[in-house]
Amino acid sequence: MTAENRTPLLLLAALAVALVIAPVFPQWQFLATLALAKGMTVLGLLLLLRTGLVSFGQGLYYCLGAYAAGIVGLHWGITDVFVLLLVAAAVSAVVAVLLGFLLATYRGIFFAMLSLAFSMILYGLLVKVSALGSTDGFNVAPPTLFGLEIAGKDSQYGMFALTCVIAFLMALAMHRYFRTPLGRLSPAIRDNEIRVEYLGASVRGAVHVKYVIAGTLAGIGGVLTAMTVGHIDPEMAYWTTSGEFVFVAILSGTGNVAAPFVGAFIFELIRTYAYQYSPNTWQMALGTAMLLTILFLPAGLWSLYERLRKV
Amino acid sequence: MSQLLAVVVDGVIYSSWLFIIAVGLTLTYGVMKILNMAHGSLYALGAYAAASAAGYWIAQGYPPMVSYGILVLAALIVGAIAGPVIERGLLRFMYGRDEILLLLVTYAVFLILEDVVKLIWGVDPYFISEPYGLLGSIDFADLTYPVYNVVLVAVCLIVGAVLAWILRYTRQGKLLLAVIHDREMSQAMGIDVGRVYLVTFTAGAALAALGGALTAPTVSVVPGMGVEVIVLAFAVVVIGGLGSLPGAALGALIVGLVRSAAVHYMPEVELFSIYLVMALVLVFRPKGLFAGAEVRKI
Repeated sequence: MTAENRTPLLLLAALAVALVIAPVFPQWQFLATLALAKGMTVLGLLLLLRTGLVSFGQGLYYCLGAYAAGIVGLHWGITDVFVLLLVAAAVSAVVAVLLGFLLATYRGIFFAMLSLAFSMILYGLLVKVSALGSTDGFNVAPPTLFGLEIAGKDSQYGMFALTCVIAFLMALAMHRYFRTPLGRLSPAIRDNEIRVEYLGASVRGAVHVKYVIAGTLAGIGGVLTAMTVGHIDPEMAYWTTSGEFVFVAILSGTGNVAAPFVGAFIFELIRTYAYQYSPNTWQMALGTAMLLTILFLPAGLWSLYERLRKV
Repeated sequence: MSQLLAVVVDGVIYSSWLFIIAVGLTLTYGVMKILNMAHGSLYALGAYAAASAAGYWIAQGYPPMVSYGILVLAALIVGAIAGPVIERGLLRFMYGRDEILLLLVTYAVFLILEDVVKLIWGVDPYFISEPYGLLGSIDFADLTYPVYNVVLVAVCLIVGAVLAWILRYTRQGKLLLAVIHDREMSQAMGIDVGRVYLVTFTAGAALAALGGALTAPTVSVVPGMGVEVIVLAFAVVVIGGLGSLPGAALGALIVGLVRSAAVHYMPEVELFSIYLVMALVLVFRPKGLFAGAEVRKI
């Protein structure tokens, strides 16, 4: 069996293991859920990175998804997970389609800067809307699944399991997508756009589709984070949040759809513990890790695993 | 009428501040093609260094008028240390790589510097308000402005003029322009490009630190103060066109006036008005207002 075909099995195994061992470690469930939710956002960024684009504005959709679901919950009292997920995904997708018309023509630092500008616009809007709590944001009611509460104070397992399944499905879908003709255009566009055009594909169209996928994934990641934490604030759209996603994407590498989730988990671990033990140097640790990754592991942490397997 | 005048005066003051913090960024990009995300951290370093140096100076009872010189000196020292350390220690290994990769590298530097600031100065705020109040205030069109703000405008004009003069009339400036125009060819002609890069990055760092040092008396110097400045400076240079000196001036003026108008007429849109302008400019002039055409490479 080739390595290519092993990924779905690997993902399935990871899902099964995660679902089985999670009840044994209830104190880890919160962190793991958060990591998976962020990992989903990073998964979208991975798609963009493969296409040669870095977005410093994924926080836009991350925040948008969370706020869309939050507002629906606030006004209509809807707490059903699937409804909220759908709302978040739909809102992010619509906004991504609209902004995509613009962004699909930008490359390099201009893509990064324009996406950053859009996320800062959302941030600037949200901090001034007092009905939504301005800079404090507001609390999100615990989510329910068909009327059952799945993320109460006692147990996060329901939420964790759900996030796991969604993350699994998204990763699998992304893995499949990379094998479609449109998916295979990604590295081609990164290498040379004009040649792709000569081959008869629309670079602009392809980038647009990828941007929408990435935005939707970020929206889903955002709403899952909102439901897990139970609180949302405009900081989710601030550029440092988007920077975190870029950090995780660079750290984990674009080699495999599982990499963002591993990367996000490591990131949350570092953040939780480093922040606890040395609050004044943890960013330094992150920056150093990022530099070392760029310098010595340009393909990210995942390439370590691939190197090991080849030996 | 008087409100309109107030909008313009506030806008010009704010623009001057923006120009000082953004001009170093555009200089670094213009020469080295590095969009320096650590620019805001250098700004914070400058602010901290200036606040503690000037604070020490005044606490010792030395003549307070000299504290302005101390502010500037502190900024220059920060630039002269941090610039070469970052450029020689890290960036010079990255030249010729993708712009976006360089952006990520400076993002990592930003993360590191944020904590360097905390390690050196701790997390408690610093206050150094004496230089701000020392000059008194003047009345202009029914409104009172601190003279310090006038000084800020003057510094902005001096910085702009000096940079323009260096670029246009000095030998060093012409070498710089040659490097901007064609790095490889100027190297072939015997220009020490490495040295030009080192000097440019150091100058950019010193300008960022100067911006911080001049801001320090007007605010409380706290950790994370550079985080917002980065995106502001980005907005300014992106609006004007990356790497363009007149572009940075125009960008600063636009952002300054827009913000000032927003503050006076619609306070609720203050923050996002700046980014809205940035987005609009990028939409209609993707490379900014002052950018030239670029050759498409196949």
